[in-house]
Amino acid sequence: MQLIFEKSRPGRRAVTWDMPDVPSATLPPDLCRSAPAELPELSELDVVRHFTTLSRRNVGVDTTFYPLGSCTMKYNPKMADAVCDEPGFARLHPHLATSEAYWPYCQGAFELIFETERLLAEITGMKQVTLQPIAGAHGELTGALLTAAYHRDMGNVKDTVLVPDSAHGTNPASAAIAGYQVKQVPSGPDGTLDLDAFKAALDDSVALVMLTCPNTHGLFEPAVEQITALAHEAGALTYYDGANLNAILGQCRPGDLGFDVMHFNLHKTFATPHGMGGPGAGPVGVGERLALYLPGPRVVSFRGGYRLATPDKSIGRVAAFFGNFLVAVRAYAYILHLGGDGLKEVARHAVLNANYVFARLRQAYQPAFPAGFMHECVFSAAKQAQRGARALDIAKALLDYGFHAPTVYFPLTVEESLMIEPTETESKETLDAFCAAMLEIAAAVAQKEHALDHAPETTPVGRLDEVRAARELDCGC
Amino acid sequence: MAYLPATDDDRVQMLDTIGVASVEALFAGIPEHLRLNAWTVPPGISEMAVRARLAAMAARNAVHQVSFLGGGVYDHFIPAAVDELTRRGEFLTAYTPYQPECAQGTLQATYEYQSAVCRLTGMEVANASLYDGGTAVFEAATMSVRLTGRRRIVCHDSLNPTYRRMLDTHAANLRLEIVDGEAPDNAACVIVQNPGFLGDIRDFSELATRCHAEKALLTVVFYPISLGLLKSPGEMGADIAVAEGQSLGLPLAFGGPYLGIMATRKACIRKMPGRIAAATRDAQGRRGFVLTLQAREQHIRREKAMSNICSNEAWCALRALVYLSLLGKEGLREAALQCHAKAEYLKSRLGFARVLNTGPIFNEFAVRLPRDASSVAAAMAARGYFAGLPLSACGMGEAHDLLIAVTEKRTREEMDAFATALEQASCN
Amino acid sequence: MYPEHLKYTRDHEWLRDDGDVFVVGITDHAAELLGDVTYVELPQTGTIVRQGDEAAVVESVKAASDVFAPVGGRIVAVNTALEGRPELVNESPYRDGWFFKLEDVNTIEVDALMDVAAYRRYVAENV
Repeated sequence: MQLIFEKSRPGRRAVTWDMPDVPSATLPPDLCRSAPAELPELSELDVVRHFTTLSRRNVGVDTTFYPLGSCTMKYNPKMADAVCDEPGFARLHPHLATSEAYWPYCQGAFELIFETERLLAEITGMKQVTLQPIAGAHGELTGALLTAAYHRDMGNVKDTVLVPDSAHGTNPASAAIAGYQVKQVPSGPDGTLDLDAFKAALDDSVALVMLTCPNTHGLFEPAVEQITALAHEAGALTYYDGANLNAILGQCRPGDLGFDVMHFNLHKTFATPHGMGGPGAGPVGVGERLALYLPGPRVVSFRGGYRLATPDKSIGRVAAFFGNFLVAVRAYAYILHLGGDGLKEVARHAVLNANYVFARLRQAYQPAFPAGFMHECVFSAAKQAQRGARALDIAKALLDYGFHAPTVYFPLTVEESLMIEPTETESKETLDAFCAAMLEIAAAVAQKEHALDHAPETTPVGRLDEVRAARELDCGC
Repeated sequence: MAYLPATDDDRVQMLDTIGVASVEALFAGIPEHLRLNAWTVPPGISEMAVRARLAAMAARNAVHQVSFLGGGVYDHFIPAAVDELTRRGEFLTAYTPYQPECAQGTLQATYEYQSAVCRLTGMEVANASLYDGGTAVFEAATMSVRLTGRRRIVCHDSLNPTYRRMLDTHAANLRLEIVDGEAPDNAACVIVQNPGFLGDIRDFSELATRCHAEKALLTVVFYPISLGLLKSPGEMGADIAVAEGQSLGLPLAFGGPYLGIMATRKACIRKMPGRIAAATRDAQGRRGFVLTLQAREQHIRREKAMSNICSNEAWCALRALVYLSLLGKEGLREAALQCHAKAEYLKSRLGFARVLNTGPIFNEFAVRLPRDASSVAAAMAARGYFAGLPLSACGMGEAHDLLIAVTEKRTREEMDAFATALEQASCN
Repeated sequence: MYPEHLKYTRDHEWLRDDGDVFVVGITDHAAELLGDVTYVELPQTGTIVRQGDEAAVVESVKAASDVFAPVGGRIVAVNTALEGRPELVNESPYRDGWFFKLEDVNTIEVDALMDVAAYRRYVAENV
């Protein structure tokens, strides 16, 4: 398929402007570019065909089951698209919030922010929530910055963050940007945090302990209360990575488990679309201790309306305005539509579906841990790898069956890992079709070595030479 | 139940396969005393009710005033095809392209977006997006620290004050020395913005030369639409170019989602954060695209990664690509010319106020009104105009100062009426 | 499989005594774990390193690993051939794929490194 630039023809254009109704104006030539930017020249039909064709070389939740562990690829409600189209949201200039003179004109937006923050706090048992962070990793960084501000304010000198060895890479990466060194705590053979190793690592240099629960092995940390209590005794704060929140909605709450700070992934738990990698949103929730340091300004209620105020010891701003507002609009609509009762059923069915898939596949594939999976299950493809079919090959074979692969090679703690998270929005028929495919693949591998080497064969391209890509570095120009 | 296909029969069959009596049994791993008793999340309401409730909320936001608000976010015309094409489910509901064979739509679009950014900016390589303009400035700062080994960041007074503040917040624990000014000695980089926050256009080529003589880098923060006309960061000799990409087909959306744009020289590519798409071939020689240099990113390099960024603004980057494809080479140039011409026209009609910019402007300028700008803004809003941004609200300028932006959407008629209204509001 | 005359570290670097300089590279075991090497970031000549300092970075499509100085010393040469042909690390890990050369080396540190038998055992136990 051609690049859009290759379809360009001089003189074609899609958008035209009216003749200017004001006199033309000139600029000194040394301030102007020497030649127009070489953007493509195309008719609107060219553009429409190009991007429509490109879309058909993609899959999305709308077309395909994506059992990606830790990604929560649930259905993205169309209702949310419609709500984003409200002119009162889409056409609202954010600088209406900058000057008090304009605050009467964005009260609806302030209300949405206030209500969304309040609901997210209630859902997780946190005291305050900020919508400013623009992605989950940005939320993690914000949480680490809040932690640093807190300790500095308390006169504590602590330079270390503890993360489990199963942690998502954004945990240590974010902690490092907040100036921390990172120490890993191993998981035990049952896939939960090794409590003895944790106690040994917990000294007074530890500023923050970052966990997710269920963890990235899909397992609830049975000692979570003990872990957070020990951390507090040692003078550390506790962080909850909300990536797996889908498993516990309405069942238990991070705030009740002893977490001081957490982030949400709205594009996971709250069904906002992944958009090929973004935009997401990573709101942060805090307990009372950290509320003073939250980024500002914050929406506060005032005389039947809303105004803005910045906490006394605010760390400043992590976003230019209120974060990804339209993503929050989607999440708010989702929460309203599902309600407290619906959110509880989300977790119940997410866990039911994952356990069903686990039960169907546990003979053919090696479970990474013996029991306890919640909303996702983890297998090791080590058995298949010995016959020349690694997790990567299984992933590619699934593409030929019309499914997106599960998460592979994460977490790093499981060899040849396959992490499957069906989510609650998938029907039993879909789960059965997926399991049938996985079982056929396992059977093919059992029959013949290197059975999957040629997969995928039905996609627009086959396996691509990533080494060549990294060596040639043709990144467009 | 919304979006939950499981029927009673399904549940019975699945529980039977699993071998437990109830769904409740699957939560046995959560200690009883930690289970939630009650919460105040209200029961769910229908889609119809949700839509009505949100419509009412949206109606309490004002969007019909004729707007001259800018300050880094601009009300440009978005052709209908941008929404239509990007809302396709294969784009909107797709995941990050980690399995490239079923994501060639995403990856080719990313490659084309990167190319478009390079052509626009005169730089050599771009990434697949960052969060927004402000965080892109922070990423440019840490990137220049990695490239030079120096820890001093110099911020020119042209820089958006919000971005300046965000830089301080993000860098708070990195032991960087962040100063205001333009002297490049011992700096990792000097960060400038063109047009500046108050609208001034400059040529930073000479500063680029000075930076390079001092072995410092130059980061230029640009305004995408302006590059339909203005000298590009690449032409000036910039090492890193970053921007807020909202003006490229993204709605105002009360602040987000927006688009962080970053481009740099090829030699710096390994220190650039964010995803990068590259071209390659499959075993049959077919051209395809993949994410490359992933070893720089958090999922591999962890605490040593170039950035912690994972989710980005990929869908917004697609909107920008579609937008630029629809406007094309001539369309972008004409949009920029109109923005500039209209701003100059409006400026000429505000003789009752003092224009604070001493040099050329693109589409934004600051005026000092005869009265307090916030009061004028309030009065004008009631009369159907968002007159501009009172600079004192940004912690800049004086109480009478107002920042006014003009885009191609404004007509002569609107501007004439606005000028009259503004004079009345300011002078009485 | 592993050359007899080299010394080895727990991070899979090898060290060779060439008389006037010591030469450093990574073992084929490390190269195999990485996969096809796509890039090597080499140190500056003249840099003084202590044992265990990060001296270089070796990147593949799926990983990026630090290469540590097996012993302290002064870097007097780097293998610029790796800039154009990083695949030399996979093709010839013990000869053409060398990373850097050291002088003024602490010989006590050299003697304390693993010999080939110890390294073989170490790899077997840790795989």
